[in-house]
Amino acid sequence: MIAVVGASAAGLTAAQTLRREGYTGPLTVIGDEQHMPYDRPPLSKQVLSGVWEPSKVSLPSTVEDVDWKLGVRAVGLDVGGRRLALSTGDSLDYDKLVVATGVSPRRLPSSLAGVHTLRTLDDALAFKEELAAARSVVIVGAGFMGSEVAAVASSLGADVTVVDPLAAPMIRQFGPWLGDLVAKLHADHGVRMRLGVGVSGLVGSGRVSAVELADGTSLPADVVLVAIGSVPNTSWLAGSGLSLTDGVDCDSLCRAAPNVVACGDVASWTHPVQGRRIRVEHRMNATEQGMAAARTLLGKGSPYSPIPYFWTDQYDVKIQAYGTFPVDAVPSVAAGDVGTGRFAAVYVADGRVTGVVGWNLPRETRQLRARIGEPA
Amino acid sequence: MKVVVDQDKCVGAGQCVLLAPDVFDQRDEDGVVVLLQEFPPAELHDDVRQAARVCPALAIELDEQ
Repeated sequence: MIAVVGASAAGLTAAQTLRREGYTGPLTVIGDEQHMPYDRPPLSKQVLSGVWEPSKVSLPSTVEDVDWKLGVRAVGLDVGGRRLALSTGDSLDYDKLVVATGVSPRRLPSSLAGVHTLRTLDDALAFKEELAAARSVVIVGAGFMGSEVAAVASSLGADVTVVDPLAAPMIRQFGPWLGDLVAKLHADHGVRMRLGVGVSGLVGSGRVSAVELADGTSLPADVVLVAIGSVPNTSWLAGSGLSLTDGVDCDSLCRAAPNVVACGDVASWTHPVQGRRIRVEHRMNATEQGMAAARTLLGKGSPYSPIPYFWTDQYDVKIQAYGTFPVDAVPSVAAGDVGTGRFAAVYVADGRVTGVVGWNLPRETRQLRARIGEPA
Repeated sequence: MKVVVDQDKCVGAGQCVLLAPDVFDQRDEDGVVVLLQEFPPAELHDDVRQAARVCPALAIELDEQ
């Protein structure tokens, strides 16, 4: 029996790939949510804005002959004994295992109502309901999620403030040059950015009423979204013997141990070209690594060497990125013009192109992808 | 094989164009997928299947009947 722990994009793709590649034995997929697999990127955009009905995020999950165990968590793993412990109290013996348990949002210490995180469909629907009635919205964290939600919330008519201790939004992904352009985009739409200052606490009795900043400012808030990154879901693997330095540590074939592979947000693997272990929390990686990990389990694996792709939509701007963006990489415009709001920039580090980011210029951005890895 | 694309779901990644440029293209203005061949010839089927699988929005549907 092959067990897949995790029923989101990576786990689903691994299950589909196992069947497509000829595995005909028993297959069990374990998912901690009650929902069948669904797609997460639209949650902070189309679902939150109401443009899509929630049912539209369903992933096509027809896989032949799968035992779906939904609403069930894996709570322990015995690698040597090839046995999973489940939240139901049962145990499950497997021959081979796919770990695809994803990540969970980091939280702020608070039990106040009105304070949200956004990872699951249920999170999105709960937050959407409160957003509809909110006048003042504070978003903690100016990464992809925080920036996307700021755009949606302001378009719904709320008064929106984004707080981040760093100097620009999305600076971790793309550095200060693009971050400043994103900050200006939000300013043009009336969203306030409180940058360079952290949050010292959430205030309220029963329900949140304000967010206090480290500089003493108090921001009134009917609803707060905490979007300060994620942590890999590996606590259930404590004591399993798997290496858990950054998620589930894997070799270049996505192997974490004999007969155990990992994929998606939870997996860090040795990228054969970059020569170091990386972990990628992007939608396309969930698919591609799910395929790669499944092939490895069937003895058909090869080193997993993707060029990452990811994107974000904010207002009428579509930002797309291929490759990687090390902190020391230097951007330069290679197509279009920043002033016209349509451009693409290549990022160069150590004399080579590492990544391409496009701002409302999809075709040219895709074409520039071919330069990744080449001398600048 | 019949190819159907959902332009509403498409996120403009262009992965389909990279894999099967004779079957898919992108609109200039927003990068949304444009279907060039609804019934691609057999020699392109593997590339089209791969494009459908890796599409980050799963916006490509194949009818293999």
